[in-house]
This record gives sequence, structure tokens and C-alpha cells, in this order.
Amino acid sequence: MKTFRYERPADPAAAVTLVAGTPGARYLAGGTNLVDLMKLGVETPELLVDVSRLPFGEVEETDTGGLRIGAAVRGSRLAAHLLVRERYPALSQALLSGASAQLRNAATIGGNLLQRTRCLYFQDVSKPCNKRRPGSGCPAREGAHRDLAVLGASEHCIATNTSDLAVALAALDATVHLTGPAGVRSLPLTDLYRLPGDEPERDTVLRHGELITSVELPPPPHSARSRAPLMVYRKVRDRASYAFALVSVAAVLDVRDAAVHEVRLAFGGLAARPWRAREAEQALQGRPATEEAFVEAVRTELSACRPLRENGYKLALAERLAVAVLADLAGQG
Amino acid sequence: MTTMEHTLGASIARLESRAKVTGTARYAAEYVTDDALYAWPVPAGIARGEITAVHTEAAMTDPAVVVVLTHQNAPRLHPVEDRTLTLLQSSHIAHRGQYIALAVATSLEAARSAAGAVLVQYKADHHDVVLAEDHPGLYMPEEIDGLWPGTREHGDFDTVYATAEIRTDAVYTTPPMHNHPMEPHAATALWDGDALTVYDSNQGSVTVQHTLAQLFGIDAGQVRVVSEHVGGGFGSKGTARPHVVLAAMAARVVGRPVKLAVPRNHMPAVVGHRAPTIQRIRIGAGRDGCIQALAHEVVTCTSMVGRFVEAAALPSRVMYIAPNSRTAHRVTRLDIPAPSWMRAPGECPGMFALESAIDELAYVCGIDPVELRIRNDPQVEPDSGLPFSSRHLTECLREGARRFGWHERDPSPGTRYEGRLLIGSGVAASMYPVVILPSRAEVRADPDGHYWVRVNATDIGTGARTVLAQIAADALTAPLGYVHISIGSTDLPEAPLAGGSSGTASWGWAVHNACVRLRGLIEHSGGSVPAGGLSVSADTTEDVKSGQEYARCAFGAQFAEVQVDTDTAEVRLRRLTGVFAAGRILNARTARSQFIGGMTMGLSMALMEGSTMDPEFGDYAERDFASYHVAVCADVPAIEAHWIDEEDPHLNPMHSKGIGEIGIVGTAAAVANAVHHATGVRVRTLPIRPDTLLPHFA
Ligand SMILES: Cc1cc2nc3c(=O)[nH]c(=O)nc-3n(C[C@H](O)[C@H](O)[C@H](O)COP(=O)(O)OP(=O)(O)OC[C@H]3O[C@@H](n4cnc5c(N)ncnc54)[C@H](O)[C@@H]3O)c2cc1C
Ligand code: SF4
Repeated sequence: MKTFRYERPADPAAAVTLVAGTPGARYLAGGTNLVDLMKLGVETPELLVDVSRLPFGEVEETDTGGLRIGAAVRGSRLAAHLLVRERYPALSQALLSGASAQLRNAATIGGNLLQRTRCLYFQDVSKPCNKRRPGSGCPAREGAHRDLAVLGASEHCIATNTSDLAVALAALDATVHLTGPAGVRSLPLTDLYRLPGDEPERDTVLRHGELITSVELPPPPHSARSRAPLMVYRKVRDRASYAFALVSVAAVLDVRDAAVHEVRLAFGGLAARPWRAREAEQALQGRPATEEAFVEAVRTELSACRPLRENGYKLALAERLAVAVLADLAGQG
Repeated sequence: MTTMEHTLGASIARLESRAKVTGTARYAAEYVTDDALYAWPVPAGIARGEITAVHTEAAMTDPAVVVVLTHQNAPRLHPVEDRTLTLLQSSHIAHRGQYIALAVATSLEAARSAAGAVLVQYKADHHDVVLAEDHPGLYMPEEIDGLWPGTREHGDFDTVYATAEIRTDAVYTTPPMHNHPMEPHAATALWDGDALTVYDSNQGSVTVQHTLAQLFGIDAGQVRVVSEHVGGGFGSKGTARPHVVLAAMAARVVGRPVKLAVPRNHMPAVVGHRAPTIQRIRIGAGRDGCIQALAHEVVTCTSMVGRFVEAAALPSRVMYIAPNSRTAHRVTRLDIPAPSWMRAPGECPGMFALESAIDELAYVCGIDPVELRIRNDPQVEPDSGLPFSSRHLTECLREGARRFGWHERDPSPGTRYEGRLLIGSGVAASMYPVVILPSRAEVRADPDGHYWVRVNATDIGTGARTVLAQIAADALTAPLGYVHISIGSTDLPEAPLAGGSSGTASWGWAVHNACVRLRGLIEHSGGSVPAGGLSVSADTTEDVKSGQEYARCAFGAQFAEVQVDTDTAEVRLRRLTGVFAAGRILNARTARSQFIGGMTMGLSMALMEGSTMDPEFGDYAERDFASYHVAVCADVPAIEAHWIDEEDPHLNPMHSKGIGEIGIVGTAAAVANAVHHATGVRVRTLPIRPDTLLPHFA
């Protein structure tokens, strides 16, 4: 039987030392993804280092008026947090659209960001998968890939990142704070994730032993007229609740004098990372906030899509969803 | 006091509800036996071929592992009809996921890990797993679902269709679907010499008892099967399944009790499923909407190890007047897991196609779909020519239309916006045949006024136990609290399975007869029960032969309202109303649960359910509840089930029809018809998800 050790260190430094010193070690937070993968035999850690009770359980306002969210904060708590609901409603919407109430009570922010893909082959150890077993192949390309990536994929892997939270954080310009064997560092959230290229086994740029300590949000953008931030997260899924996104959109839009003053747009469900639509944003900057402009800009962004047999619908879906979301926000402003 | 008049039909909570919610109701894998071992099966990693070598050394290194059974060391089994049960007998592999070895250990974890460490080498043959309309292997089966002729012809379909004023012709497809009851298939098995006891999760322990006796070459009397609480089955527990055979086999080898619960992600390959269907329906009608010619032709598949054929054209033999008709099945054998019963096998996918086609006909004729159905409502069953014992489809349609507010509806499709949403409504009929099987039952009266009813019924969560107690109380004119009922064990008088919506009628008849006779005895002895008590048993083998001169079916009508997001093509149900005519309703509460449970399952089928056959590997890709979607609470905002009072004397002494399956029949068509009404898009392929609907949006 495959046994593993379990440690619950008292402070982050000890946690980092433990994991950094053991090649087969993993951090354990809520366990809602990691433990499932262990049961499936996808993950076979020799050491679990429980970080769910490290002192990262706070949500605090930063000096600049932003928000710092501890990595061990539970999803349900963050979604219900007053500051989040008032200032970053898209973040709350994203969290609440994910998983189920029970899972959100257990799952942490750090764990959510690092959840693995739901590609069905990745989860089935009786089959090849480049992400799980590098070089073994990618059966998803020919097989069941209705849910998988149309942007930024490679011939080696077409997996998607399935975190709703990450999509909202990408649009909110979040920063991820890390501590690791080589000290602390910070990254824009969008830089945390990698595209598969020829190393699909690496989801992120994290080095072994690096621990997410918090996520930081800059102050929320405000529209000229109201204090209410104009942002939204919208997720398309196969049922009304408890399903991963087929496609999702997080958008922030500030329209002044009928022109786009500020826009931030991110897609979920399209790629191995939350897809920040920088091209579309650029195309819209300063332009009239019209539906035609939104369509054109989103099309530019999505022109890089390379759909396969069964996921081509995502292209039209992403376009319609993004345009609808932007048009809605423009209408509210 | 609950008296006779109030007991039957009353809204009584399940007798075991407290035990269930407090966790004291024991399920098959929970029977604690001191020295039980745990078994974990090994699924085949190829879809067709031979095992060339099995290496169990690595698996055996853990001292917690007691044995690893393979086709090389497993005890020999005697042949049985269901070839999925002669496990570990040969090196041949008939489908991916077929169990080919079994690890037995002192803990579940050790068994699982040992199963994972078994190394199997194969010689794989080319496999063929995908159903196609023109599959070269298609043949016309003589029998479908073991009961009915595969093909029926009346009149001259081709000629009449060719000259009909109105003609429709369309193909509807349904995907493979999986039963996935909450409690997985599980068993605890123990031997005492040549006597076997299994605690098993099934829908009928007698079949399991006989199958095990045959497989192990012992007398049925030596096999005891206990199935006191069962967490759902939806047809997939209707017969013995591999888990119980393996548990019994392992227990015999190790001489200790063995528990085996099928892991959720094995279930799609080993416990049956609903096969995919491709159904072509052609209707020739007059401008008045009266059907003159109807062809319902089904293409489906079965496995190499079974013969089950999804009898999807059956409803077209029962539903509507069709003087010229053809109902036919063609099936091909593929290297896939064996399809089997899933809630309303045949009727459920068949009525999706037929009731969609009827809706299409109504649109072409410009006739309200409720009205069109009523116009085609037959007096006698079209196929057999037998009169219906009772048929109140028209009443269900009218009552449903009234409750739903159908007549305020503007029939034109694609016109009702609420912001960015399109709204629409649809109707479909439901139907399920009456099945009654012979059963025995026993009842004993004690002098203190208590009654003890014994019948080997199975309560798969339906409330059967409760309804049987009500039937007994009613027949005995005794308060419900004085009736004690034992079910779910082969120690009890023999009774048929919980399947085909036959359970309550079959068991209840025997219980009723025994109780009525007991009451007679008590009255005969002056109204009091002698010190030694009084016992009566009943056997309905002769009784159930009555009523054959009638076509007997339950009917219903369902009305759905949906909203469709015009940005994303997401379809969500807004409300669903069902009205059923199913004889006398014996317990309003549990009946309502059956109806709305079936309707919810039908809603899942319409909008989200379906398994993907992976052509490369030959297995179903979705193997957990994260990927195999069924409706969650948020998908079911307002669902109502009603029934009309139906008096039918040609059924059984309770005057009841089965209600376990009819709720799922027709729902998918009602939803799909509502999607058409909302959007103007006719989706003929289930499930209706954004990827199927969106391409139709401009
Ligand atoms: C049925 C189901 C449905 C779901 N649906 C959705 C959905 O719709 N949307 C969605 O977004 N998510 C969904 N999820 C995923 C869910 O959000 C994740 O499982 C959860 O967020 C993971 O958090 P956790 O704390 O349990 O992480 P764990 O399972 O404990 O860990 C996950 C990974 O993160 C690593 N890790 C954890 N914390 C840290 C840290 N601080 N630093 C470094 N590494 C760390 C672990 O080592 C592990 O690799 C679903 C999950 C399930 C089971
Ligand atoms: S898409 Fe990626 S995760 Fe899925 S099978 Fe291919 S390599 Fe594995």
C-alpha cells in the first residue's frame, strides 16, 4: 500500500523547508483536489505538508486601498466578505459560481489557484497523458475534448485551467505573493500559469517548495459617475450549478463620454491559463463603447483560436458571451 | 388512529425514514462482520483481445494482501445466461473495464493499492465501439428486451405514407446514459460450509440467489441474499452484477467474509447502461392531423456478452391511432460494456423521439399539440387490438393544460423575449405498461393485535416497504402501527424484483390476499386470535393471469417551460408540470416522489446527461459526478406532479398501476419541444447543451 507522511508545521518557513527538502512532497490545503487525485493514483506524494492552518487566513485592506487575501482563506468566506462584495463583485461571483457550497467551505484560495485540469485522461491513470506522464501522448486531441482548450494549446496538451477564481483575479490585475526556498517573490497572477508548450507537466512557473502566501488586489477601478465598480463574472455551463465553465468571462469596464476609458477582459475555459485578452483591451482603449467595437475587438483576440473537432463551439460562445458582458456593463455605466 | 379508509392512499412517510437519516439503516457494504476482508477489482485495460500474462507478485508484496484472483487461479464457475457474470474464467476480454482480477486484503486501501499493482499483459485485437446508422453489423433481432417482437407491421405503411397529405420524416438520437444510483453496487459475502450468505445491493434478491446458486453449483436453498436497504438502482440492479459474484468467489477462496463496493468510476463499465439510439420516425397524416401511417425505426447497439436491445419503438405500438404502421429495431454488437435496463428502458428514449415527432406534426398541421394528441387517442391498443383496461391520456392532457396555463400560449416559435432570454413551452405524453408478476407473502396475527407481514420485496428507496404496510393495514382493517413488515431477504416468501414498475402491484397483491384471508380466519374464529397466533400465506401465480384480455398501461402528460439565453444558448427549465393516470395512488407522498424523481431524471436526459464513448479506448469518458452531469437542485426550480382519479378494476385488488418509471417518460420531449417553441430550433439530438444549440443561433 502506498503510504505517505503528514506534517502540520507551525510556520511557513518550516513548511517550505519540509517540502523543498522532499522531492515527492506536496502542500495540502482543503484537499478537495489533491486528495481526489491521490485516490485516483494521479498524485502519489510521499509527504503532505498541511498549510491550511498557517497564518494566511486573513482578508485585509492594503495601504493603497487594495485587498490582501491570505492563501488559506476558504472560498465561501472570501465570497461572502463585505469588502469583496462591495468592491470586487466579480470576484465574489466567480467564487460562488464554482463547485458546490460544501466544496467552497473546504477549498482555499491557494488550492483553488493550483487545482489541476479536469481533462478526463489526466484523471485516468490507465491511459496516456503528457501532463501526467511526460512523453506518453495526448489522447484528448482525438478523444473527448469538448471541454478543452482552443487557445494557447500545443500538440502535446490541450488541457484547460478550470479555476473560476483565477479568471476573475486575472481581470482584476491580482498579484500572487510567494515564499520559497530562495526567499519571497511576487508575480502578476497571469504570469503564474504556463501554456503547455512541450512541457505540459508544468502548469505554473512555481518552483518546487514555493508556497503561495497571499493574493493581492489593487484598488478597484471606479467608473466616473458612480462608486460602484463596473465589473462582472459570467460563466456558461452545462447545468445551473456545480459544473465547470464551458467558457467564462470576467470583465471590468469604465466608459466615459461614450468611449472606453478602461477595460479589462479575461476568459476562462479557453486555455491552460486564465486568458487575459490584452489585444481586445488595446483595440478598445479610447474607442466608442459600441457593440460593433466589442465584436471587432473580441474577434481580434479570438482569431488565434485553434479549435478541434468538438470544441469549436467555444469560439462563438466566447465571442457572444464577452460581447454580451461588455455591452451590459457599458449599458450600466 | 389511522384506519383502513385512510391508510391506503394516505401521505405516509417512509417507515424507515428515521433509520435512514440517522444512519442506522444498513446498506450492503455496511454489515460489519468481525474478520471481513475488502476486495477491489481490476478492470481490463483493452476493449477486445486476450490476456497473455498476469503478474501479481508486486501486488502480493504487501502483507495486508491476502489473495489476488485472476482467471488462472479463480475457482471455476458454472455457466449462466448472463455472460458478464462468469468472471475470471478465461483470458478473453470482451470490453474495456471488464473485471479481470480481484485483490483481496485486510483493508480497503491495501486492496485498492494491490489492484493497482497487478500487471496485465494483453494481445489487443482491433475493437469496434461506435454505433453508426449504417454499421455493417446491424441485424434485426427477433426479440427485444427479452419479451417483445423486434418488428411489427400493420397495414401498408409505405403506400399510405407515400400518398399522405402531410408527411414528416426525421431522425432523433439519444446518447448512452448511465444509471448511477447513489449507492454503488456492493456486497458483503460469507460462506458457512456450502451455505452462502450475501448482503447485496440489488432490486430483487431472488434472481441474485438463483444466479449465485447456479454459478457456484449449489442449491438455491443454500444461498441467502439480504437486501434490506438499497440506495437506488434505476434498473442497473435488476439482476446479479459482477460485484456479488466476485465477493462470493473471494469469500469462498479466503474462507472469510469479503466486502466489495464497486468504485464509482468502474460503474459505467460493469453494471449496465442505456444504449445509444438512432431513431427515424416518419408520419403520414391528413391535414386534420389524424395519423394514417407511422414508422418508428430504431438503430441501437448491444455488447458481445449480452443480448439486451433497447426497445425504443415500443411506444409507437401503444400511443396513437396508426392504421398503417411499422415499428422495427436493428441492432449491432459492439465491443462495449453490456447495455441493460435503465429506468423505463425502451419507453424513455422511444418517447423522446415519438413525442418530438408528434410535436413536429402538430406544427406542420398548424394544430395545437395537445389537441393533435387527443385526436389520435385510440380506443383500443393499436398493435394488439385489445381494449385498454383504462386510458386517460386525454384527461391528463386536458388537466395538465389547465394547470399549466397552456391555452394562453401563443404557438408561434421564437417570439417571446424577456430581455436576452427566449421563453417557450412544450408538451409531451407519458406512458408505461402495467407489469404484474407472481408473488408470495405471509402474514401472522398475534393475539395482542399485532400483525407480521413477510414478503421478499425490495425497497430501492421508493417507499415500497411503507406502501406494503399500508396495503396490509387496509386489508386487515388494522391501524398501520400494528402492522410490522419484513422485506428484503430470501428468508421471506419468494417475490419478484423491483423492476418494470411492477413491484407494488405484484407484492401488494400477495400481501393483500394473505391479509384478507387472515381477516376472514380471525372473523371465523369469533374475532379473536388464538394464543398460538394465526398465519396465512398467499401465492398469486394464478391471480396474475387475469386481466390479459386488456391492454394495460399508465398514461400521463407533461408540460415544460424553458428559458434559453440568447447569448450563450444555455437552456434552463422554469417549470415542469406532470399529470398522470396510473390507477389508484396508494401513498400520495411516495408517489409524488416517484413522479417528480422520474421527471427530474427526464430533465437531466433532455439537457445534460450523456456518456461519450471513447473510440480509441472503448470506454465511457465520464466516470464521476463531476463529469457525468445530472440535474442539481438549481436545475429544478418548480416541478409539480398531479394525478387524476382513475378507477381500473382489471389490475389487482389495490387497483394500482406502476409509477416508478412513467415520470421519466416524455419529459425529454416536453423540454425539447419547449426549446423549439422558445427558439424555433428543433433539436433532435440529446442532450441539448450550448454546443448543440448555439450553432443554430445566427
Ligand atoms: C466536483 C468538483 C467540482 C468543482 N467545480 C469547480 C468549479 O466549478 N470552479 C472552480 O473554480 N473549481 C471547482 N472545483 C475545484 C475546487 O475549486 C478545488 O478543488 C479547490 O479550490 C482546491 O482547493 P483546496 O484548498 O482544496 O486545494 P488542495 O486540494 O488542498 O490543493 C490543490 C493543489 O494546490 C496546492 N496548494 C494548496 N495550497 C497551496 C499553497 N498555499 N501554496 C502552494 N501550493 C498549494 C496543493 O499542493 C495541490 O497541488 C471543483 C472541485 C470538485 C471536486
Ligand atoms: S490534454 Fe493535456 S492533460 Fe489532457 S490528455 Fe492531453 S496531455 Fe493529458
